[in-house]
Amino acid sequence: MQGAAADTEKHMKKALNHSSGHEKFLRAVRRKKIAVWTIRCGILAVLLILWELCARFEIIDPFVTSSPSRVAATLCELYEGGNLFYHIGITLMETVAGFFAAVIAGYGIAVVLWLNDGARKVFEPYIVVLNALPKIALGPLIIIWMGTGYTAIIFMTVIVSVIVCIMNTLTGFLQVDGTMLTLMRALGANKAQILAKLVIPASLPQLMNTLKVAVGLAWIGSIMGEYIVSRAGLGYLIVYGGQVFKLDLVMTATIILCTLAGGMYALVALAERILTR
Amino acid sequence: MMLEFINTDYAYHTLSGETEAVKGLSFSIVRGQFVSVIGPSGCGKTTILSLAAGLIAPTGGEVKRAEERCGYMLQRDALFPWRTVEANIFLPLEIRGERGGEARARAVELAKKYGLGDFLKKKPGQLSGGMRQRAALIRTLAAGAELLLLDEPFSALDYQTRLEVCDDVQGIIKNERKTALLVTHDISEAIALSDKVIVLSARPAHVVAEHDIPFGDGSPKSRRNSPEFAAMFETLRGELGL
Ligand SMILES: Nc1ncnc2c1ncn2[C@@H]1O[C@H](COP(=O)(O)OP(=O)(O)O)[C@@H](O)[C@H]1O
Ligand SMILES: [Mg+2]
Repeated sequence: MQGAAADTEKHMKKALNHSSGHEKFLRAVRRKKIAVWTIRCGILAVLLILWELCARFEIIDPFVTSSPSRVAATLCELYEGGNLFYHIGITLMETVAGFFAAVIAGYGIAVVLWLNDGARKVFEPYIVVLNALPKIALGPLIIIWMGTGYTAIIFMTVIVSVIVCIMNTLTGFLQVDGTMLTLMRALGANKAQILAKLVIPASLPQLMNTLKVAVGLAWIGSIMGEYIVSRAGLGYLIVYGGQVFKLDLVMTATIILCTLAGGMYALVALAERILTR
Repeated sequence: MMLEFINTDYAYHTLSGETEAVKGLSFSIVRGQFVSVIGPSGCGKTTILSLAAGLIAPTGGEVKRAEERCGYMLQRDALFPWRTVEANIFLPLEIRGERGGEARARAVELAKKYGLGDFLKKKPGQLSGGMRQRAALIRTLAAGAELLLLDEPFSALDYQTRLEVCDDVQGIIKNERKTALLVTHDISEAIALSDKVIVLSARPAHVVAEHDIPFGDGSPKSRRNSPEFAAMFETLRGELGL
């Protein structure tokens, strides 16, 4: 009886000891995390304050460089004019639509190329050339083919990102462990089964990487598209602001863009954490 | 006869030339036997297993195999890290399209019998190297394999684990009365585990010698402790030209 009680006590002590050491470790990790975030936010604050002060005291010309307060004023102006969310909405829609279209099409094409070695050999040079081609060169063609509406911009977004999606996904497929492939073949699996049960799950981390790269490219595509054609959107605001020398507008749109792109990347990173848990 | 190579040839063709991996290879395995094939690295051992599994067809001669399932165990356990141990063990059944619960129940039964019961819901990454190889073996057995093809399945393990795991695997195979063909370059492993050892030449592989291993009570430990072990080791070493 007594022995059992002593045993329990020892166990508890052990658990307590362990947890206090672990507690210390956790606290250290937490402290480090807080420090990193403080410094991150601090850098941003210092930059904003410096920018504002330099503009106030005319060390730099606020007409050319704008300033945080002018950006804030421009934001309010856009909001009150009812234009802020209109432009954000347009650009966001183009980017998100282009992103999903490129990722889905890229994945589908990669699957086809993986299933068919012959097709992969045949199309390899086309993919290489299309990857190297600066997509902006296609701008005039796209305008003529698809007009000046948002379909043209979504199309631009897709062609900017799809090739990289295909190449990244296919690389992930081809990197699958040879031992596991041998095992599947020895078990008599057909290509569809190898794809579904081995290649797709094994290349999930690579897919997540592809998504992260594609987010960045989708923003490049949509803004580039808006530079070339549009009548609305953040890219349009930037170009228009530049043309009429309203640099407050240019800065404001750029900062909104930073925020949105960062947010979308964070969403993808979150999806990665959930899916590869 | 479970498996029979009759004057078998195999050559790989690549742009840089032709590699004869196997030439005039003849040997056979009867049901329930544990046979090891030893040979220097690169002599064609993996090729022999691929031929036995029917993954490749001989370029000359014949490979005859009983109409029964065979299972592969490889250097690395090849457990899928995103599946639980249980789901890994079900993989061969899934591939065969066996949806029924009966085969699965048998698989789980087998896993429990050999001490994997507590690990079924774990991911392979949470298991030790030895346990992982055991799970890989259970996956093969649960698939209903009668002939097991083992390609240096212990060579990736550290020495301590290796002794343990090879005894463990051999015990399970014997206990389940399966036939096994093990290829290895480790002479003492071959003597400890097998009923028969086949010595291969350097590439292209053909049989240099065959030895029945009669001593000991069949367990690897008794073999290693047997006085005949050293003599057999020397004989095989001589035949390998080491
Ligand atoms: N797919 C292949 N294509 C061309 N040559 C190969 C291929 N696989 C193996 N070989 C060659 O065949 C010989 C035997 O290989 P292998 O059977 O893997 O030997 P082991 O398993 O005994 O080390 C080696 O010389 C190797 O280079
Ligand atoms: Mg080999």
